[in-house]
Amino acid sequence: MKKVISVLLTAAMAFSMLAGCGSEEKKDALYIGGIGPTTGGTAIYGTAVKNGAQLAVDEINAAGGISGYQIEYKFEDDQNDAEKAVNAYNTLKDWGMQILMGTVTTLPCVGVVDKTGADNMFQVTPSASSTDVIKGDNVFQICFTDPNQGTKSAQYIGENNLAKKVAIIYDSSDVYSSGIEEKFVEEAADQGLEIVSAEAFTADSKTDFSTQLKKAQDAGAELVFLPIYYQESSIILTQADAMGFDPIFFSCDGMDGILTMENFDTSLAEGVMLLTPFAADADDEATKKFVSTYKEKYGDTPNQFAADAYDAVYTIKAAIEQAAADGTEITPKTASSDICDALKAAMTKINVNGLTGGEDGLKWAETGEVNKEPKAVKIENGVYVGM
Amino acid sequence: MRKTDMKKMKKVTKDHLVTYGMVLAAYVIVQIMLASGSLSSLMQGLLVPLTIYSIVAIGLNLCVGYLGELSLGHAGFMCVGAFSSAFFTKCMEHTGMHEALRFLLAIIVGTLVAALFGFLIGIPVLRLRGDYLAIVTLAFGEIIKNIMNVLYVGKDGNGFHFSIKDAASLNMAEDGEMIINGAKGITGTPHQSTFTIGVLLILVSLFVVFHLVDSRSGRAIMAIRDNRIAAESVGINITKFKLLGFTISAAIAGTGGVLYAHNLSTLTALPANFGYNMSIMILVFVVLGGMGSFRGSIISAVLLTMLPEVLRGLSDYRMLIYAVVLIAMMLFNWAPKAIEWRERHSIRDKIKNGRTKEVR
Repeated sequence: MKKVISVLLTAAMAFSMLAGCGSEEKKDALYIGGIGPTTGGTAIYGTAVKNGAQLAVDEINAAGGISGYQIEYKFEDDQNDAEKAVNAYNTLKDWGMQILMGTVTTLPCVGVVDKTGADNMFQVTPSASSTDVIKGDNVFQICFTDPNQGTKSAQYIGENNLAKKVAIIYDSSDVYSSGIEEKFVEEAADQGLEIVSAEAFTADSKTDFSTQLKKAQDAGAELVFLPIYYQESSIILTQADAMGFDPIFFSCDGMDGILTMENFDTSLAEGVMLLTPFAADADDEATKKFVSTYKEKYGDTPNQFAADAYDAVYTIKAAIEQAAADGTEITPKTASSDICDALKAAMTKINVNGLTGGEDGLKWAETGEVNKEPKAVKIENGVYVGM
Repeated sequence: MRKTDMKKMKKVTKDHLVTYGMVLAAYVIVQIMLASGSLSSLMQGLLVPLTIYSIVAIGLNLCVGYLGELSLGHAGFMCVGAFSSAFFTKCMEHTGMHEALRFLLAIIVGTLVAALFGFLIGIPVLRLRGDYLAIVTLAFGEIIKNIMNVLYVGKDGNGFHFSIKDAASLNMAEDGEMIINGAKGITGTPHQSTFTIGVLLILVSLFVVFHLVDSRSGRAIMAIRDNRIAAESVGINITKFKLLGFTISAAIAGTGGVLYAHNLSTLTALPANFGYNMSIMILVFVVLGGMGSFRGSIISAVLLTMLPEVLRGLSDYRMLIYAVVLIAMMLFNWAPKAIEWRERHSIRDKIKNGRTKEVR
């Protein structure tokens, strides 16, 4: 009997799903989709991107849209999982997406890039930083790549003489973290830095770092390099403080978010240095306006993910306008594949004066890699201060 | 005596045919919908994962339902199957081998390697019973996942290079190509898993498990499950049959892994896809669908894989609703009161009663 009911339930479910996917009449707007983790361990990134992009979309729509067309924007959750990200991508395609702004994290992005490549869908990722992401010519990055971050970190430490003895604690099960670590070690040798300990942890053992810290301390490390996300960093900072270990902590953009983390004593993050393309306390007009609007709307100080997403949407706008100037008008009726061809060509010609671009703005190579310089900041009195 | 035997046999065969028929019907319906273009992209993208989880659920059901052993390591076997087959495919990519043949061989390689691991793990593990077995299989799954995360394999003119430290210590020649890159796993595996192949593999798995369960070996396996001492006393070789069941179960999970590896261009061993969470998820499919019912496993694997995607409309609440729906479905299917209620309101019984009335 229960089989019959199961079958009925299945049928009902299948039917309801089919009913939901009839082809809708396209409205008169450009459909931009976003993908990122809004639930799970990396939710803070997904949410920041979602909000940051929403802010840009609202601004653009209020100012009359992109060449007269309003933007319709929708964000889907991928739980930081490649399979779920592909599902999210397919959902957005059903919705009528023409351009993809995503995905937020690297690994799901590698899965999605493959699909957008096959569909010839134009994709701008705000924060997926691996070089695997930009293998296809339809994908462009707003953030700098992992190898770039690793190299730049080592150079920064070496050139500014921050330390000679360096310890590394990284997540060997994470693409982002091990990608940076690999390049950092390579570059450290050229910079004359001595790696006194390189200790890994994995996604399963990220609740206690006393062993790794003890090794770093015993090896006499003056600086601990943390190419990891802020959740683990917060534990490391807390434990280091408890054991009286006080080196310089140096991190990359994954550290961004630590100041808004709940149940973390932010005074422990004092003196932490990180490479980030965006500092919320910068005093240029655009950043000030962005930060205040973001705070007003979402009650948080925006991190660099929000800023990257904001820039991503403006990048799409600039590319569409450039394409129009080149003679390809992009309208809500244009097929996503045609949009992709037009925008691909336009991307290398534009220069976006975004939040994260610094003075020179954002420029792209044909490979999809962005040309911008990471900024080093230091946490002082609970805010980022440029160094 | 003979007549009842015949009848019983027929009932079993009929039951099997219904299961095959269900899979085929689903396949035909999907094909019709694909042809008429009425299937959403989301559903098209879900087709292969649905077959993957159905296959793994069939494999685990053999272990849990018939062997009576609780395994929490099936995601580990999936992982082994996925990595070994993707490794094979990557190695053969530039040899000019025919693609379909290569994929067929990849399926065989993945299945066999998973079977080998099932066999090796089975030897010590099946000496344990109940909870202990569950814990050891859990540990196995985690070990596999962690090994995959630190394994670096590259290939150049001189052959293969292995390392568990980092990519640089492989000392590869200039023309070297990374195959398994530690935590980054294997990238760029060609897409070869299709719904048709998935359904074919479901049918093959069903064929294998049905034949096993109905055979002399299958009866021995069930005898061990029901009463180990009695089975031993009639001369059944407990170790042999347990190993047989466990190895086949692992092999089927490996097949699912092969499909998984050839469905996404990125293959990494993460807690989300090959960790114990996934093992438990597969166990949930099996328990919800009914231990020992392969058809139930397929249905619940399909339902539970689709559910979170169908609930996307609820945005942030979907994972919450998903959990609530899961609890509701478990209660509906398995709470004694719910079973009683269903029996009272059974459509089948009503039809039967109606018939008997007519006869009267």
